[in-house]
Amino acid sequence: MTPKVSLRGVTKSFGANTVLRNLSLDVANGEVVSLIGASGSGKTTLLRCVNLLEQIDDGAVLLDGDEISAIGLDPNPVRRRVGIVFQSFNLFPHMSVARNITLALTKVLGQSPADAAAQAGDLLRRFGLAEKADVYPDQLSGGQQQRVAIIRALAMRPEVLLLDEITSALDPELVGEVLDVVRELKGSGITLLIATHEMAFAREISDRVCFLHTGTVAEIGTPSQVFSNPQDERTQQFLRRVMN
Amino acid sequence: MARGLHRRTGHQPRLTTRQEHERRQRRRSSFIAAASTFVVLVAVVVLVPRMPRWDRVKQSFFDVDQMRDSFPRLIDAFWLDVKIFAWTTPAIFGLALLIALARNSRSPALFPVRMLAAAYTDVMRGVPVILWIYLVGFGVPGLGIARPFNSPLLWGSVALAMTYSGYVAEVFRAGIDSVHESQRAAARSLGLSSTQTMRHVVLPQAIRRVVPPLLNDLVSLQKDVALVSLIGPIEILRQAGIDKSKFANFTPYVVAALIFLSVTIPLTRLTDYLWHRERRRTSGTRVAP
Repeated sequence: MTPKVSLRGVTKSFGANTVLRNLSLDVANGEVVSLIGASGSGKTTLLRCVNLLEQIDDGAVLLDGDEISAIGLDPNPVRRRVGIVFQSFNLFPHMSVARNITLALTKVLGQSPADAAAQAGDLLRRFGLAEKADVYPDQLSGGQQQRVAIIRALAMRPEVLLLDEITSALDPELVGEVLDVVRELKGSGITLLIATHEMAFAREISDRVCFLHTGTVAEIGTPSQVFSNPQDERTQQFLRRVMN
Repeated sequence: MARGLHRRTGHQPRLTTRQEHERRQRRRSSFIAAASTFVVLVAVVVLVPRMPRWDRVKQSFFDVDQMRDSFPRLIDAFWLDVKIFAWTTPAIFGLALLIALARNSRSPALFPVRMLAAAYTDVMRGVPVILWIYLVGFGVPGLGIARPFNSPLLWGSVALAMTYSGYVAEVFRAGIDSVHESQRAAARSLGLSSTQTMRHVVLPQAIRRVVPPLLNDLVSLQKDVALVSLIGPIEILRQAGIDKSKFANFTPYVVAALIFLSVTIPLTRLTDYLWHRERRRTSGTRVAP
């Protein structure tokens, strides 16, 4: 079966700094894959290459078997199918919560304002934020902002959702509410690619865990393989460091 | 927080030591402000009339009869200033926005456009406004264009719009640059095109941030409109000059100044108010004084 997302020999540098080195990874449709690894190992860059916020230097990125990293390809149709949620939320501060969600629905998908508002209302209710529709992002807690950011991405009904360290900017007590949203997404058919420092969460939610080291996949396997019985020495070292 | 406390303690709110202290501080500040204002006012009212030639100054700058006589003519002439202001402002903002967007374009093919926009702001800001008004206001009608397109009033306004759009373009550009790249990333990741991203995400934030400097430029423009009089049109400054010569009295200038103030001050306050209201609406927390 064709993988949903496939990276083939991807290389990406920023100046002299090579962040991804000949990296290959296949993610099946509906699969949940967590990327773990030290800061600077390439987790964020990998995600940004999948929805084309970064252009790769070499290799190919495929979505449903079609190369989306081809030169001159219009990135907008791809981005409609691949959503991303950022570490720092990146909500639009000058728009209400509802407008944050409906902007792309109306401008990109061409929905009527009424349809978009109804859809935003449904999603906000589903994730317990119904009363926040008319509030501005600065008036929300970090956890609420991140939940809105997830809803904003989900509203586009993406086939793949990339989560880029979405709890790293949150107080520990707010992490739970955001992770609950992600738990609810698992099994809904959406393909999740999660860069995270929450090892317990990665272990719980992932179908497979992928350990990145200096821009390559050092080890990949089921959570129990990677966490309980890591084969690679670098994985063992990393886990020793973060688990204690 | 204070409101909640009052509600709890009922009719006679008992203040904490801290609140008591803050209340004393506030009273003390108001008292000092009132006292210092009073001292300055008394000094002006008492001391200025004691200057040796105050009577002469009073006669030639603050002649009440002259004020009454000139006021209607000056107000009529001021109407022209208002009109010039009214039609140059949208032209300035439109032109400035185009130039700012041209300077922020990222496509390599648009390099010449970026160059031109940069050259435009440099040239417009590098020459005194008054010189542009002379050059364009006399020069272009001199080409022999047919009426009504040869009026110095028209080309003086154009010169004003050209120079001011150079300044305002830089303000817009600073605003656009101040919007963090992550906002673009968020918009683009949702599938918005770069034009849509600029229009719906970057520009609205940029413009909100530069409202105070924009207002500053507007107030400045409101006064510089009077420079157009130097190439002919009889607006308020020119009319005040005519009255001054006719009656050998400077009072018309003072009246003109007061008329300018009567417009700029409310304009400034209104914009300040709108800006603060917007800030209150969209921002969550506020730092203690």
